[in-house]
Amino acid sequence: MMTSPILTARNLVKTYTQRSGKFGLGSHSFRALDEVSISLSAGSTLAVVGESGSGKSTLARCLLQLLPLDSGEVLFEGRNLATLSSAALRQERRNLQMVFQDPFASLNPRMKIGEIVAEGLLIHGMGNADERRERVLQMLKRVGLQEADMQKYPHQFSGGQRQRIGIARALVLQPKVVVCDEPVSALDVSIQAQILLLLKDLQQEMALSYVFISHDLRVVRHIADEVVVMHQGKVVEQGAVEAIYAAPQHAYTQNLLNSIPGRRAAAA
Amino acid sequence: MTPLLQVDGLTVVPRAAPERCLVSDVSFTLQPGKTTCVVGESGSGKSLTALAVMGLLSRQLQRTQGSIRFQGQELTTLDAEAMRRIRGRSIGMIFQEPMTSLNPVLTIGHQIGEPLSVHLGLRGRALQARVAGLLQQVGIPPERANSYPDELSGGQRQRVMIAMSIACEPAMLIADEPTTALDVTVQAQILRLLDELKTRMNMGMLFITHDFGVVADIADDVVVMFRGEVVEYGSVDQVLNRPQHPYTKALLACVPDADGKKPLLPIDYAWLEQQPATTAASPQHSMSEPA
Ligand SMILES: Nc1ncnc2c1ncn2[C@@H]1O[C@H](COP(=O)(O)OP(=O)(O)O)[C@@H](O)[C@H]1O
Ligand SMILES: Nc1ncnc2c1ncn2[C@@H]1O[C@H](COP(=O)(O)OP(=O)(O)O)[C@@H](O)[C@H]1O
Ligand SMILES: [Mg+2]
Ligand SMILES: [Mg+2]
Repeated sequence: MMTSPILTARNLVKTYTQRSGKFGLGSHSFRALDEVSISLSAGSTLAVVGESGSGKSTLARCLLQLLPLDSGEVLFEGRNLATLSSAALRQERRNLQMVFQDPFASLNPRMKIGEIVAEGLLIHGMGNADERRERVLQMLKRVGLQEADMQKYPHQFSGGQRQRIGIARALVLQPKVVVCDEPVSALDVSIQAQILLLLKDLQQEMALSYVFISHDLRVVRHIADEVVVMHQGKVVEQGAVEAIYAAPQHAYTQNLLNSIPGRRAAAA
Repeated sequence: MTPLLQVDGLTVVPRAAPERCLVSDVSFTLQPGKTTCVVGESGSGKSLTALAVMGLLSRQLQRTQGSIRFQGQELTTLDAEAMRRIRGRSIGMIFQEPMTSLNPVLTIGHQIGEPLSVHLGLRGRALQARVAGLLQQVGIPPERANSYPDELSGGQRQRVMIAMSIACEPAMLIADEPTTALDVTVQAQILRLLDELKTRMNMGMLFITHDFGVVADIADDVVVMFRGEVVEYGSVDQVLNRPQHPYTKALLACVPDADGKKPLLPIDYAWLEQQPATTAASPQHSMSEPA
């Protein structure tokens, strides 16, 4: 299934300055991303795995130009996003969307669901009011919500439903690349299974390419074609998911895979 | 043999709405040196079951029925003071969030030492030696006794919690999702540590989790909860490999496996509602097994 890359990141470096010392008077900078290079094939799912603090969310935001890079470049369909004019970048943003772990924190509590999902269409000036409403409605139905839900507020929904809203908001723009940052980590396994299947179906229907960030290696095994293993801001291993799970090369990956709960019992 | 813990018909309701059972007729048994896992989705009543066993239900809630026998002694009729003694001394507890349960302004050595001085009357050098020994047991260098909680990583803080909870060598440890907030490699270490301590101290463990992988790794017996009820209760092999109840089967089908071989099947709740409720196995089951 190797096709041309739709999104490529080359040697991304991102440093943060952190306060240090007993009273936070000192400061030091450290590399949250240290020469990170990845490549996402069109129509496929690239998982980014690693423990908390390894730099996954930083990578997600740098890929979408939501955070400035120190150095390195991100190419979308071969074009360097950093060199685009702000108008052109705004245009491309439609194609590059994000789904967050905690949909509640990312949904404006004072907006109705219909408005939340329509916002991107409005920003990008897509369609007239009737067309936008129709697209929002179709998208909400596709993710398993109903017309009446358009009039409701985020707090009226369960965690799984809120994640469906977050997905609808990202996909209503018909993007090409969706970066999902821990999209099922806060959900019960039963809801997690529903959302994973929904994401897979939508990928087929809409020809989406996913960057799928997760710390759960069982979920990753299920959804990814390729996997990138991050450790302390560096990519320590990457390749096809079957190959890496069957024969991890790096000691850190081996440790990660050996720590998957239930593996011992399953192997017995 | 007297079971370490025998819970029989435990029922918990909100005082404001006593017709709503949050925990309904829950029964299970725990033997010394064994681990019983309580597993289920969020809101299924796992934490309330644990809190009820420890006599720590909040004021808004009430245990209306059920007996809780610990080492043969009925706990539900004890007064608050007697219950407090048992909790510190014979029943250890660990919760999910180590940061919220540790006091940020006291050193970890001080906090680990507290149950030892309160319950065992240890002081001075003897106390310090015990604290050092406990830190060593949970894999933290004893010289870290003077550190404050925020100087430790999440995994280390959870180890401190474990050291505190096993300080008095309790006969039973109740752990409510103690590794849920931790990275997998740290989780694996903590689970190994708990398993080791259990064996070394012949401690019984009541371990609450929503993760069937964790269940597979550490459980001897498994209690599956759904909407406040026990829908299945049996040995780990039976529950994971030969589940009887439609809900257990459905829940297991949602769990992705580490090899990616099994297709995921979300729960069809409408279908589930129509299934005849198979009765949960009786609590006799694990007593009949060689302990
Ligand atoms: N805005 C920020 N300022 C300073 N440090 C940060 C900031 N955001 C993240 N970090 C640090 O960068 C590292 C990587 O964080 P993150 O990308 O969120 O990791 P992950 O998503 O893998 O858990 C962590 O050490 C984190 O504490
Ligand atoms: N003080 C309370 N008053 C009313 N309902 C409560 C209270 N505490 C918990 N509950 C409800 O009881 C149910 C079981 O909660 P809990 O035992 O915490 O679930 P679990 O630990 O399995 O996620 C949930 O529906 C929860 O909302
Ligand atoms: Mg993150
Ligand atoms: Mg709970």
